[in-house]
Amino acid sequence: MQSEVMFAGFGGQGIMLIGKILAHAAMEEGYEVAWIPSYGPEMRGGTAYCMVVIGDQPIGSPIIKNPSHLVAMNRPSLQKFVSTIKSGGVVMINSSLIPDDVQRNDVDVLKLPVVEIATDTGSSKAANIVALAAFVARSKLVPLETLKRCIEEEFQSRPKLIPLNMKAMEAGVAAANK
Amino acid sequence: MSKVLMKGNEAIAEAAIRAGCLNYFAYPITPQSEVAEYLSWRMTEVNGVFLQGESEVAVSYMIFGAAGAGVRVFTTSSSPGISLMSEGISYLCGAQLPAVFVNIMRGGPGLGGILPSQADYNQATRGVGHGDCRLLVMAPASVQEAAEMVMMAFPLAEKYRNPVMLLGDGLIGQMMEPVEFPDHLKSEPSNKDSWATNGIDHRNGTTRNLVRSLFLDPEALNNNNLMLRAKYERMKAEEVRFEAYNTEGDYQVLIVSYGTMSRVCKTAINALKGQGVEVGLIRPQTLFPFPDVAIREAAAKPSCRTVLSIEMSMGQMVDDVERCLHGVRPVEWYGKCGGEVPTPEEIIDLVKASV
Repeated sequence: MQSEVMFAGFGGQGIMLIGKILAHAAMEEGYEVAWIPSYGPEMRGGTAYCMVVIGDQPIGSPIIKNPSHLVAMNRPSLQKFVSTIKSGGVVMINSSLIPDDVQRNDVDVLKLPVVEIATDTGSSKAANIVALAAFVARSKLVPLETLKRCIEEEFQSRPKLIPLNMKAMEAGVAAANK
Repeated sequence: MSKVLMKGNEAIAEAAIRAGCLNYFAYPITPQSEVAEYLSWRMTEVNGVFLQGESEVAVSYMIFGAAGAGVRVFTTSSSPGISLMSEGISYLCGAQLPAVFVNIMRGGPGLGGILPSQADYNQATRGVGHGDCRLLVMAPASVQEAAEMVMMAFPLAEKYRNPVMLLGDGLIGQMMEPVEFPDHLKSEPSNKDSWATNGIDHRNGTTRNLVRSLFLDPEALNNNNLMLRAKYERMKAEEVRFEAYNTEGDYQVLIVSYGTMSRVCKTAINALKGQGVEVGLIRPQTLFPFPDVAIREAAAKPSCRTVLSIEMSMGQMVDDVERCLHGVRPVEWYGKCGGEVPTPEEIIDLVKASV
């Protein structure tokens, strides 16, 4: 079994980071993982995406044409990738920035205003963590407890940020389960 | 030590330190600048040296100087940077000094692009510098293997008193995967007294070590080249490494592929298996020395009809595949460069078209 998750958005939204946290959590769960970034000449405000591959066998191709799931943090990302997602996958949409609906009925669409949710918990900067937590709650790729540990570990060097991100995580999970 | 999630570039940097290499000189270039970024702080933790050169040419001579002094030393760069270092690499070969060069390849020629490529195959295996010089070239296909190969590279460079190159494509540098580091090595080359200019007194001997690649006497130069040739022949006998995948049973097609490209091929091979098409794979882990015998034997299997060399270049390794097959099987090349990596779907179609 192998799952692939495409995280996509603007540079600066913390896309690479949430991909890394998911990959870390999956590694902690004993899965084979690979995190593959886009590394074109990118900058803040440009497009950024990364692919996280999680499997129970050694991971072959890091080049994935049709990922299982999508986390779209901005409109161009949704437009670019939604048609590539495998049937049955989760498509998580940041509705704070994306007004569109998904014109597919074979994927599990989760629309959440992650920027507003993050702002309510303390800072709009944690929108990426809200999105990650909501996605994991819906897709169940890794246990939420493991995800929580990995988020904490990610912010170990800046412990002041841990409570904010914990709140963001809880809010993301709650929103996904609503 | 348990597994950690790391970028290939960071794992290469950490592996070098664990290999006892405390000297790193470099000039930044995408897609391998994370090595320098990592070592800029990590080297200070281990009391090592990280110095950014004013150019890659300068870096190659910083390497020359440090290697001549008998310490472990390495650098990392990407394609155009390696071209600039090629003069120093030739001098290192001529003077028989050990060092490790990492090339995280990007597309070329010229400045090309910054995305993954394998288009420096010929440069690495044939003409990395002027004169009859060769490098031992290792090609990792994962972050774990990149770390392991870096740790193998230093002792190998010292065993042969010759530079070793780690040849990875941009994805090997940029990708994050779990990595578990092997144990630390001793931090000094055990045989350095045979070349290092560290003072006669330290060696309790009377023979001077002279680091040089200039031999104006034709006989002396010929002798130096014969000595180098003997080393390169010894590498061919002792250092060939490869992985054979799905080669136990019968297969109609044999693929030869390395690095990231070989992983794409493995995914295609697994998918084809499900469709009843068997394909074998030989993945060279050393590009020089090349696994001639393994490829020849795998291709000679009666069921095998054709051999495909699949690479992210316009057809470079295919020459080596043809060379070692002696015409036993038809060889075809498939590849892309410029940063696009062929997908498993493309490989599946290619194999189906050739059976």
